[in-house]
Amino acid sequence: MNSTAVAPRDTGVLVVGACQAGIQLACSLREYGYSAPITVVGAERHAPYQRPPLSKTLLHAETSPDAIALRSEAFYADQGIRLVLGERIIRVDRGDGGAGVAYAHSGRSFAFDRLALTVGARPRRLPVPGADLAGVHYLRDADDALALRAALAEAVDVLVIGGGFIGLEVAATARELGCEVTVTLADNRLLERAVGVPTSEFFLDAHIRRGVRVHLGAPPVRLLDDGHGRVRGAELPDGSVLTADLVVVGIGAVPRTELAEQLGLTVDNGIVVNEYGLTSDGTTVAAGDCVACPPPVDLPDGPVRIRFESVNTAVEQAKTAAALLADRPVPYGAVPWFWSDQYDLKLQVAGLSTGHDRYVVRGEPDTEKFAVLYYRGGHLVAGDFVNRPADFLAVRSALAAGRTIPPEAATDTTVPLKKLIADDPRQAVA
Amino acid sequence: MPKVTYVSDAGEARVVDGLVGDSVMQTAVRNGVPGITGECGGVLSCATCHVFVDEADLDRLEPVSGLEDEMLDGTVVDRCPNSRLSCQIKLSDELGDLRVTTPEAQE
Repeated sequence: MNSTAVAPRDTGVLVVGACQAGIQLACSLREYGYSAPITVVGAERHAPYQRPPLSKTLLHAETSPDAIALRSEAFYADQGIRLVLGERIIRVDRGDGGAGVAYAHSGRSFAFDRLALTVGARPRRLPVPGADLAGVHYLRDADDALALRAALAEAVDVLVIGGGFIGLEVAATARELGCEVTVTLADNRLLERAVGVPTSEFFLDAHIRRGVRVHLGAPPVRLLDDGHGRVRGAELPDGSVLTADLVVVGIGAVPRTELAEQLGLTVDNGIVVNEYGLTSDGTTVAAGDCVACPPPVDLPDGPVRIRFESVNTAVEQAKTAAALLADRPVPYGAVPWFWSDQYDLKLQVAGLSTGHDRYVVRGEPDTEKFAVLYYRGGHLVAGDFVNRPADFLAVRSALAAGRTIPPEAATDTTVPLKKLIADDPRQAVA
Repeated sequence: MPKVTYVSDAGEARVVDGLVGDSVMQTAVRNGVPGITGECGGVLSCATCHVFVDEADLDRLEPVSGLEDEMLDGTVVDRCPNSRLSCQIKLSDELGDLRVTTPEAQE
């Protein structure tokens, strides 16, 4: 590709968004030898932190946002990374060659030679009457988690709207905290976008076994007022009413694309980037939940671009964007993976099962320790793993190496999957 | 304040002051010690914080859990008898200073 890096001047790189992707981008820039100034501006007041614990450990009383900080203050100082917190960038003015000035809500301005957008996503709002009642919570950032933790401590009946990772992790935590928990969702299966059917069915059974009530295909049509502006439940499409004194909405996230749009960048369910993390203007880079990128793995008949929300993707995309800015471009092509912890269930997912035409189940789902391996056209493409971490690591490494695991042999749980990794005979001719 | 000495695969040592309650992985990541990734944040999901614990320190650690044991079977650099996932080693005053060596690769 054409090199788009410019000789660093005195203003360096401005990273908008002090999150997993933003901090990784800044750290990787230094690792790749970038020596000009790096400024990271974040809207939140907390030092940059890990997001996954927000729906799990942070909801239990013993953890504070400081305990999940990504890096120490000393680290940023040592690396010459200037961290500016509590400032939301609302406008960017730019001249030729990518350089410009970003303006925060407060009026503060930040000059830059190159701009990186790691602005993330906001929770999708529940589009029904009553969604703004008191007692309705969303969970995206540390302040949301602290507010939800306080509310959970008082709650008796918790209603979770949505059956994705956030919803189910909150449901699990609320149950562990002793609440009555109901989950209701529009989809007909849990974790629909993340895992295959056998894994969805397992999680449905597992939550029910632990006393959670689950309503599939039942998006609330309105939330009900207790007469004092506080939520008291939700009405389902069939007219039935679920009562709750606390409602948590986890129905996905919407990429923050306002700055990209203001800059005239191409946006299509996320800021569009190429495999190097470069946006349509040829100078701005972007990474993380705000980004729509080419699929990192081969997806025949799949979408041209996808938007992932995972730690691994944020980290890998940030490294890719940093490498480009440091003028040593390497295309993004890491095998995606993610995890979810619910109760004592550890779910790990490697690869993308989209478009699979065959799967095999390894182990017995009823024992709460099993794996599902997905194949497409004879190739191993993905796996879901519940309490089988060694199998997860074996499949992740097989996928990364473009190798396979014969499906027939994989069902024998007496043989470690690691020992079954083999060259993929079809890979050579594909 | 417990100190952790991180020795790289190439033999370079770096000493970091740790905080009681933090793990050996967190201490490394927050201070930018190379050789430990810790991508999952310490919840036994990624196996990218593999270390070899100094023999002299090994017996003082809490034993390996079942899940950690399984994860160690899948690390990129094969496990040794003194292998641990550093996210599972919590610093304390009782435990005191530790010395670990990082493997050649984590992912």
